[in-house]
Parts: sequence; C-alpha cells; structure tokens
Amino acid sequence: MGDMLRIATAGSVDDGKSTLIGRLLYDSKAIYEDVLDSAEQHSRRQSTEYFNLALLTDGLRSEREQGITIDVAYRYFSTPKRKFILADTPGHVQYTRNMVTGASTADIALIIVDARNGVVEQSRRHALIGALLGIKHFVFCINKMDLVDFREDIFRPIQDDLHALLIELRIKSHHFIPISAIDGDNVVYSSKRMSWYVDDPLVRHLEKVQFNDEITDMPFRMPVQYVIRPLSNELHDYRGYAGTIESGQISVGQQIAVMPSGANTIITDIERPNGAVSSASESDAVTIRIAGDLDISRGDMFSSPNEKPTIDNHFEATVCWMSEKTSLKAGSMFRIKHTTHTARALIVGVDFKIDVNDLSGQHVGDELVINEIGQLSIKTTKPLIFDRYDDNCATGSFILIDESTNETVGAGMIGRPDFFPI
Amino acid sequence: MNRFAATNNSLLTSEQLRSLESESIHIIREVVAEFERPMLLFSGGKDSIVMLHLASKALQPSKLSFPIVHIDTGHNFPEVIEYRDEVVSKLGIDLVIGSVSKALESGRVQASNLPGASRNQLQTPVLLDTISDGKFDAVFGGARRDEERARAKERVYSFRDEFGQWDPKNQRPELWNLYNGFINVGQHIRVFPLSNWTELDIWQYIMDQQIEIPSIYFAHQREVFESEGLLMAYSDFLKPQKGEKIFTEKIRFRTVGDMTITAGVKSEAETLEQVIEEIAATRVSERGGSRADDRTSEAAMEDRKREGYF
Repeated sequence: MGDMLRIATAGSVDDGKSTLIGRLLYDSKAIYEDVLDSAEQHSRRQSTEYFNLALLTDGLRSEREQGITIDVAYRYFSTPKRKFILADTPGHVQYTRNMVTGASTADIALIIVDARNGVVEQSRRHALIGALLGIKHFVFCINKMDLVDFREDIFRPIQDDLHALLIELRIKSHHFIPISAIDGDNVVYSSKRMSWYVDDPLVRHLEKVQFNDEITDMPFRMPVQYVIRPLSNELHDYRGYAGTIESGQISVGQQIAVMPSGANTIITDIERPNGAVSSASESDAVTIRIAGDLDISRGDMFSSPNEKPTIDNHFEATVCWMSEKTSLKAGSMFRIKHTTHTARALIVGVDFKIDVNDLSGQHVGDELVINEIGQLSIKTTKPLIFDRYDDNCATGSFILIDESTNETVGAGMIGRPDFFPI
Repeated sequence: MNRFAATNNSLLTSEQLRSLESESIHIIREVVAEFERPMLLFSGGKDSIVMLHLASKALQPSKLSFPIVHIDTGHNFPEVIEYRDEVVSKLGIDLVIGSVSKALESGRVQASNLPGASRNQLQTPVLLDTISDGKFDAVFGGARRDEERARAKERVYSFRDEFGQWDPKNQRPELWNLYNGFINVGQHIRVFPLSNWTELDIWQYIMDQQIEIPSIYFAHQREVFESEGLLMAYSDFLKPQKGEKIFTEKIRFRTVGDMTITAGVKSEAETLEQVIEEIAATRVSERGGSRADDRTSEAAMEDRKREGYF
C-alpha cells in the first residue's frame, strides 16, 4: 500500500464518529473555508450551541436533517507522511453491511466506543467484522472522555474488555486512545487534560503504524481480466492478458502456471501503463504476454507454478448477509462473483451462525437474515480458482448477487476463520 | 473557531500515483470486459481528460473500443471544443454529441426565462436521452468523491434505474474490488474510475504524464465581470446584469463546465508546476470557488444527482 493508508471507521449510534472525522479533517486542515462556512451556517440554522463538526461529513440532506450518517462515505486527507482514505461507515444496526463494505478494502479499523457506555454489542460486532475481513491493525478510540471527567479509571476497564475481545479474535496488532472528538483531545493534538495517557494522539499513531508487508512474499496470483487483441495489421498476432497482480511478484522469463488447466508457460513481456517493464508486483495493473499458444480467457488465473490455488466447485465459506428484503436459505441460488469470474452458486447448507456477543457458533435453522454471519457450504455451477481468505483476501473473497433484483446481498470469505468455534 | 492559514494538501509520491493509476485501470478493464455498450462522458475538463488517458492505457495497444460522449450545452469555451476535436482525431475515436441546443429546438426541453439562467439543468434530460438512444449500459464519469459531499457517498459502480435516478439510501454494497454490474434492460451503471483521486492527485498525474490540457486552465488575460462574488467570463452567452462592470483580469479556470456557470479565479499560474503550487495552498474548495451551479442550495448536487445528472 506504500504510504497510502485505507481506514474503515465504525461506531455505534451517537458515539460521535462523524464528530471525530470532522475533527480529524478540521485539525489536519483538510477542510476548505467555503465548506466550513456552509457547515457553520447549517449549525446556526439548527441553533445548536456549538459548531457541529459532524456536519462537515454528513453528505445527504436527510443525514443533515436527522443528524445521522446513512451511507458509507469516503474522505481524503493527508499529512506530509501519508495519504489517508477513510471509509466513514454508519453505526446504525440496520446499516452494519456498510461496515463490511468499508472494512473489505481497509488496512486499519478505527472503532469508536462511548466512554459512558463501554463495550456494547455494536463494538463487538464491529471488531468481529474487522477481524473476519482480515484487517491488520485495530485502533479503538474511547470517545467522550470529557463527559467522564477524563478519568483513567473509566478508560482502563474498557480497554481491558476490548483487550479480552481482541484475544478471542486473535488480533495482535492494536492500540487504544482516550479522546474527546468534540474538543480535539488526542485527535491531532495531544490532550493536556489526560496526562496519564502518554502515547501518541490518533493522527500521529496513524502516520507511524507499520504492518509486515508480506504480500509480495505470497505466491503469485493474477486473475485474467481481459484479453487484449488489437487485430490490426501491425499487431496481427498480438495477444496480451490484462489484469491486476493480486499477490506476489513476477519478472520476464519467469515460469508461471495457467489455471485451471495447470499448464506451465513463460512470461515473455510485462507491460505497465507507462510501457514495458522487467518485473511487477502486487496491486500493479499489467498486461502479460506469454510463450506458446494457450487457450486463456477472462476468469482464468495466472499463478506461481509451485504453489497453485485450489480448484473446486464445492467449498466452505463465511458469509455476511446484507439484504433487508430477503433472507439466505439453504437451497437458494445466487450469482457469485469471485475474482474476474462469474457463476451460479447453490447454498447447500448453513452449518452454524456466529453469535456476535460471545463469538459462539449456534446451530439454529437454515437461514441468515440481515447482519447475520454464518458458516455455509456452497456449490457452484463452474469450479472456482481460489485460496482460503485467510491466505489471500483477493482470491478468497466473493459476493453473492440476487438473481431477480441484481442486488449485492452477501459478502463471502472462503474457508473458516481460525477464531471460529467448533 | 479559528481559521487556518492554509489547507494541508500534501503532494503524492510517484508510488502513490501508480497505485491510483492501477486501481482506475482495473475498474476500466472490468467495465470493458463485462458490459456490451460502455461510453465515456467527456467534457474537455481535466478529470475527463485524465479518465480518457487512463482508458487508452487500460486497453493499449488496442484502440479505445467505445465512444466518448459530450453533453453540449452550446455555451462552450471555444478553447475546450478545439481541444476536444483534436483529441478525437488524434485517438481516432468516435464522438457522440448530446446537444442541449437541439433539444431546445425540438421542444424536448424548455429554457428558463429567468435572467442569467444557465443550461446546466437541461443537461440531465439530454444526457438521459443520449444514454437511452445509444443503448449504453455503462457510463464512465470523471466525478471524484473529494469534490462534493453527495459525491462522497458514491459507489465506483453506481446503479441507475430506468429513469436514470440515483437512490443514495439504497445503493449496492461494494466490497473488495468485486464490482456488481448486473442490470436489466433500460438500466445502466455509472462508473467512476477516479473515485479515490483528489483534485491535487489529478494535477500531479497530468504533470507526471505530461498530458495536454485546454489553455484556459492556465492564467491568461480575459474580459470578466463580477457576479455574486464570482468572476464570470464575458461572452455572447453570459452578459453582465445591471451595475456589473466588465474588466480585464488575469485568471485561470479551476474547473471546466459551460461558460455560464464556470467562474475563473485570479491567478498567475502559467505552468503546471505553478498550478499545482497554487492548488496545494488554496483555502477554497474546487467547486465552491468556481461553480455557480453548486451554489443554489446546500444539497444542489444531491438533488441533481438523484435526477440523473453527471
């Protein structure tokens, strides 16, 4: 990811998440004057006593009227050290699917907890979702410290509760910060009112945090997106395979396998947007040309010849159900989009549902409703070329699409997380 | 509350630019692979120029296989039309024009009689007609999420129903880089490959790639008048109201829309480097400082987008 960091935020209703983001943008000077003016005017119209920082982020009319966040929004701010892309996801129970959405592309989860309420069901759910989606680092902001007199003996038990939760979820990389978003304590600037907290404020922490960048050491995977065939006189025999490298690295001359056939071939050319290169790595959009005539089309996958992905039409997956209108039942059929491949999927069975409160598995019924997470057995019309999500997010993730409404109704991760019960 | 002296817009490294470039190309290739009739909305503004540049790169060495579409209010900057036509002939691509003037002549849309009324609102029905006439199922747009707060809520693949409407409360969840392009006949997807770019990212990329842009983006002398605090270009399409004086000012344009809604900003920036320097230090947002169309109400963009606007 280089120096670009993607953050997913989550909090329960009224935890002050929008206020925190408003504060982050305001204190990191990412807000333009005219945007401030407009938010200030609105504050005055609502006759709130203080300038409402949340108005800097709430985008839709109904959000400003109701003072709540409805849909995931993306914010951009940068410091001299990093560019941040922040997915601002609503805390309402019925909108939890948006947290899954924001978390699916995030490096960091930023979870807000109200110091007065401590760890609530939503906090547990947010941590679980973050863990499920393989987020690498968790930051918990214990907000509204101003309303509990900045007391360390309020903060510590919440930290202990969260810590216990993180152990259950096998999350090792985390940080806890006591903040007051409304006043700015420990957001961009260190708080003078909580001298017992000696660590960095939030932004400094986000600037510094590092992960092990293991992804280039992972086996090479590149789903074929599109076959480029100009069919012009000059480029009569040109055939290039376009796609994005999801993991690993490649160089010209290297041997690769073409899945599903498993045939080996040699990379003869790698083209990047700005011309030919000798090597490329994870997240690069490339066009690859290979030696020999092989029948390759969209949905196939280039892989390292030694560590190949699995090919199967029957697998186990964790699915978060996201539709309010329908439920997921054993026996139902969906479209499945996985890498650059689309097929039909049959839900063979719901093995168990996960209880977000105690992380236990429950064998109850054959159905998932909105915001429920279950472990499923799935069959597809055509075999998928995949890895376990734990091993590779890009080749282990899929979405389920309702065949009649075309809506995205489920987010799936192949395999079973190691913190799951049974 | 205190005001800050300047916004803190940091410049990107080339690694970050490559990462944005790869993400956009991935999106463009998904669309070309999955849709039957994509098209690219091209205004001649910097965002659509960068988008077209990325689309050419995504498919190279093939030529662009889909047309670009200009929704033309008839109130254009001549420099921009000249630029558009040059690009079309250079890339050898098809240009489709959705003409607001023709829609007015045929009675498809009605002009407002209010003084100073622009043709901005009239673009929406013309755009929707162009999409349905061309049976386009995917429409590339150059909108960025950092531009405006309703746009911050946009998906990369944004579903539009048979009426071209956007329903912000009922959007498809968008996970990983798995975009859902399934639609029924008559519906379409607006695709925003530049979603994660900021204004400054666009400028840095233009410099990085040495992309040619219309001359009005650089400081030049122009006859202008001041209208409600905005510097509007004097032209046949927009004349000063009573009491507004015409004068010459050194300005540049920060966004490019039609002449009646796009305001200039005072500037000395004659080169890309100077433009980037100026934007990195500015305290006024891109649309706030130069777009009359966003000033009508707090939710001006949201309302127009719901109806099918860009």
